[in-house]
Amino acid sequence: MKISVNVDGVTYADEVEARLLLVHYLRERLGKTGTVVGCDTGNCGACTVHLDGHSIKSCQMFAVQANGHEVTTIEGLARDGKLHPVQEAFRNNHALQCGFCTPGMIMQAIDLLADESDPDDETVRKGLEGNLCRCTGYQNIVRAVQDAAQRMKPGAGPKIEQHSDEHVTAQQPVGGE
Amino acid sequence: MIPAEFKYLCPSSVDEAVRMLIQEGEDAKIIAGGQSLVPVLRMRLAAPTALIDIGGLTELTGVRDDGDSLLIGAMTTHYEVQRDHLIQDHAMLLKLVTDTVADPQVRHRGTFGGSLCHADPAGDLLAPALALDAVMIIAGPSGRREVPASEFFVDYFETALAPDEILIDVRVPKYTGWGAHYEKLNRVAQAWSIVAVAAAVQVRGGTIAAARVGLTNVGAGPVRATDVEAALVGQPATAESISSAALRASSGDSYKDNLARVLTDRALMAAVAG
Amino acid sequence: MTATAEPEVGKARLRKEDARLITGQTTWTDNIQLTGMLHMAVLRSPVAHARIRHIDCSRATAMPGVAIVLTGEDLAAEQGSLPCAWPITEDMKAPAAPALAVDQVNFAGEAVALVIADNAYRAADALAAIDVDYDELPVVLDLEEALQDQDLVHPDLGTNKCATWVLDSAEAGSGTNVEDEIASAEVVLERTFRQQRLIPSFMEPRSVVVDPSAGMFTVWSATQIPHILRWMLSAVTGIAEHKIRVIAPDVGGGFGGKLQVTPEELLCLLVARRMGRPVKWTESRTESMLSAHHGRDQIQKITLSARRDGTVTGLKVELLADMGAYLRLVTPGIPILGAFMFNAIYKFAAYRFVCTNVFTNKVPTDAYRGAGRPEATFAIERMMDELAVELDMDPMRVRELNWIKHEEFPFTTVAGMTYDSGNYEAATARAMELFDYEALREEQQRRRSSRDPVQIGIGISTYTEMCGLAPSRVLGALRYAAGGWESASIRMLPTGKVEVITGTSPHGQGHETVWSQIVADRLGVPFEDVEVLHGDTASSHRGMDSYGSRSLAVGGTALVHAADKVLAKARRLAAHMMECDEADVEFATGSFSVRGTSTVRTLGDVVLAAHVAHDLPEGMEPGMDADATFDPDNFSFPHGTHLCATEVDTQTGMVRIRSYVAVDDVGTVVNPLIVDGQVHGGLAQGIAQALYEEAIHDEMGTLTTATFADYLVPSAADLPAFMTARTSTPATSNPLGVKGVGEAGTIASTPAVVNGVLDAVRHLGVRDIEMPLSPERVWTALQGGAADASTPAAGGLGSIDAQGGQS
Repeated sequence: MKISVNVDGVTYADEVEARLLLVHYLRERLGKTGTVVGCDTGNCGACTVHLDGHSIKSCQMFAVQANGHEVTTIEGLARDGKLHPVQEAFRNNHALQCGFCTPGMIMQAIDLLADESDPDDETVRKGLEGNLCRCTGYQNIVRAVQDAAQRMKPGAGPKIEQHSDEHVTAQQPVGGE
Repeated sequence: MIPAEFKYLCPSSVDEAVRMLIQEGEDAKIIAGGQSLVPVLRMRLAAPTALIDIGGLTELTGVRDDGDSLLIGAMTTHYEVQRDHLIQDHAMLLKLVTDTVADPQVRHRGTFGGSLCHADPAGDLLAPALALDAVMIIAGPSGRREVPASEFFVDYFETALAPDEILIDVRVPKYTGWGAHYEKLNRVAQAWSIVAVAAAVQVRGGTIAAARVGLTNVGAGPVRATDVEAALVGQPATAESISSAALRASSGDSYKDNLARVLTDRALMAAVAG
Repeated sequence: MTATAEPEVGKARLRKEDARLITGQTTWTDNIQLTGMLHMAVLRSPVAHARIRHIDCSRATAMPGVAIVLTGEDLAAEQGSLPCAWPITEDMKAPAAPALAVDQVNFAGEAVALVIADNAYRAADALAAIDVDYDELPVVLDLEEALQDQDLVHPDLGTNKCATWVLDSAEAGSGTNVEDEIASAEVVLERTFRQQRLIPSFMEPRSVVVDPSAGMFTVWSATQIPHILRWMLSAVTGIAEHKIRVIAPDVGGGFGGKLQVTPEELLCLLVARRMGRPVKWTESRTESMLSAHHGRDQIQKITLSARRDGTVTGLKVELLADMGAYLRLVTPGIPILGAFMFNAIYKFAAYRFVCTNVFTNKVPTDAYRGAGRPEATFAIERMMDELAVELDMDPMRVRELNWIKHEEFPFTTVAGMTYDSGNYEAATARAMELFDYEALREEQQRRRSSRDPVQIGIGISTYTEMCGLAPSRVLGALRYAAGGWESASIRMLPTGKVEVITGTSPHGQGHETVWSQIVADRLGVPFEDVEVLHGDTASSHRGMDSYGSRSLAVGGTALVHAADKVLAKARRLAAHMMECDEADVEFATGSFSVRGTSTVRTLGDVVLAAHVAHDLPEGMEPGMDADATFDPDNFSFPHGTHLCATEVDTQTGMVRIRSYVAVDDVGTVVNPLIVDGQVHGGLAQGIAQALYEEAIHDEMGTLTTATFADYLVPSAADLPAFMTARTSTPATSNPLGVKGVGEAGTIASTPAVVNGVLDAVRHLGVRDIEMPLSPERVWTALQGGAADASTPAAGGLGSIDAQGGQS
């Protein structure tokens, strides 16, 4: 099947097998190997990318389902050589060791911060419950996300990452109260 | 893990999706958010010949006000349910339950209708759907039909949907002003609940006017604690009457029976307080 | 070249590694794409014990994209037997361990056939088309039953007993006879504990790429041990070692789980040789759980004797250790690593350790974070609490009474180890202060008297461990096949920049950063001017790799020695350049000077002079590189005091950790940020053993926890914030004064949590609860039922029905 997907700001048109997982499309076809596969069941979150500005697990969907949509991966965050504040915060707070979970963790953290601009410890932990890390015990990840929240100014990061609740509710038919 | 080959179809309307189901036969499957289905396909626990993707059917998305009830489109994502104002005003229990479904990424893709159709007895949305007297609106070859939740969940992973039918909407009566709570016990945040209890309570002047209680993962499908509901009506909204009623959530002495009673008690207390 | 003013050692340097890891520029093995590369997929046995009657590959072979399908018979002549490098006794029974089963499978998950195809999707399709006809055999699962030898895992061995290994203080002369102590004791406690089976669960699934072109075999592998792997691949296949190059690129965690020579590494090599084309294999998570080695899995019978005043006298340890179906690289030695640690920080007069290794039809076990020491620490820390209960004493008081006092170091233990340094009093005092022990005890009393549904408990673990593996002579005495030294090289480049080559092989530990700090300090060069090369046998031909919390204590010391060699030569050349006596040359912050003069040559000047070699002292070789190899003469013994406050919901059995304080003494700290990170991660894994994780085999020997939906690795939402602090008594066994930190958190935390839970519910009649302390087990114990009653929690992928509806 022919698909057209915008990934990290570039539009790709490819012929793909229907069963090709989005994560394999990113890794094998587009060479976006920053996004990794950690499990078969959607538990680990290592493959997290954004689809139209919201975090999703790219091993839990087929590339054909992304047809016509925009995908942002870890490789699309830094702009003009400048790291995203969440990337900076992960480094500054030693929020990674082996780094395998890190791309997914960062993508999910960005999503979390889009919904919660000043999250407390518990909110961060709940917001990252779909991402497993085996190295850090999460302590510094939680710290990094809170640190990033403080650094993030409105409008930071690529455009597709900027959204609000209105964006979600506006898609829905309007009903009376 | 890599799924087997399948044919992928994108209908542009519900009717076309139904026609595709008929045409592709029993081994075709609807894919909605795919958050339960894709892992099953990857593990090759199922190998449908065709997947019919209803992700593009925007008419199945969103929550509408329909007088005494809400109509929730089957393709409304968990994330949208969590944030929908109509649901918060008239079916708070659904929001509270949905808050606990899987994780944020899954909630972005996973859908309200998909969860109900998957009919995993450990799935969170079944018990509240049953307790709140939700009605499934189903499209099939002979038009639309409505099936109450009490008849929709048939067995483990089995619903009243025929192979050529699609769930399109879920009608949920309005529970405006009811207190609600979902009490869920799971071993880790990502795990299915061992047992969970969904409760909604209407209190008037300190007296429980009505109650709805549904249990997750205590049987082949969701279980409605009708004895508990009956015991609560007309009782004062106090810890004593709630604890006494909660004892009727189960009669056995297994761990799950115990949890059913304890979590019912807690869910009701929190619902009354809320 | 500028000098570093502030010392690098002790500085919380941000990691050099992170730049690539946070941007997705990492090189994982699975990222490697080579022209003409084939993909290998492995068919695994669904049954735990069977004869293979017949394998029909005809359908699979005919499928599109399939290059070849191979069975064990096809490879029997060349695959040899996977190595076990630790025959713990002379008479140890060791079965042949084919990488691909030939006529019998001995665990569910064992490799039985290979598909080699042009892409991974087609390889997966062809796997499904292979038909294997099995003749099932009786399955041996239970350790105690296995010892009856009714059914045999390996009939040719005649028994399921692999080996028995004994350490006895009376025989060794390190203590008295334990039976005498037990016979004459005022108090004797006997307890049995189960160390459940765990799965290391590194986040990066294993992956191997082998390129056979250009007359060499280049092997990329997600391994902790590129050097050992090269040696073993050569030994097993007969391919000359110098024709194999092993590269461990970025490796996503290991925790002992990638301390292995795997069937798949060997098979990829054989297939690449056969096909003459590059071959890649990357496992799925389920494959990983079914076939990568597991950890722990012991039954521990512990007898402790003491006097009524609380003084411990004797300790007898009788272990049954599950090897699984085969002996992998160091499988039989793992429980033996615990032999020296059951006595822990306490002064026992007598000690006897007997370990019986047993074969079962399960996934082989091997190293997992702590490897033998967590098991030992769990047992002794549980026993110290049991003794406190028996004597109605405060559990910390019982420990204090028996531990080695700080003035008694160095101290030779009843197990024959010499602990070089430590201060248990100081670590404990700091922990008690941070934890607010007294206030929690008061709250505990209040909750008990008010019969609060939520009870709280305090768990203590005053652990030590032995790491920094290891003095080669000790390893030799333990019949380990290799040494425990480590090597390092320093290449001084003409512009003054520095390349460090290390024999350690990091996979998350931050060696690039820490090694740079050490060299920067030693040579007085900027941190940024140091590049650390590792994990490639072409650049680093000699090394013993990373495991056993050894890299800094052993590899870091080698690096210090290499730096000192650079400086020694540079000093000589500097004296020559400055026309002075070498004895008058001083070195500070990167520059040589002549005492009492203003004459200065920077290290960079000297290095350049050595490189151009225009004017060298008589007999001096050009260049300023140096190699060093360090073989430690002792282990390192980190220790600490961990305190855990647990809340137990007595109505549901749910356990919540309210607070966790870890005070660790890991000697000198090079980078506090990294040390804290190691402790945090270690704690998470130890807590996970206490509360969440367990590899479960059903009665047929099928692993029922083969996904992350079923094997419960905790998420951020399941773990508490930790309070960590440090005390420090530098190690005397290495010039840096460092002790290992990689495993300490894991070793310490499991008993702290379990002791805490039992402390919360013991007054309700609970004596013990088997790990993991699931809510159901805790609740069942509270009902007075068998504490080990267990049904896995509902849900999980096991509950998914293939016929499910729309989803």
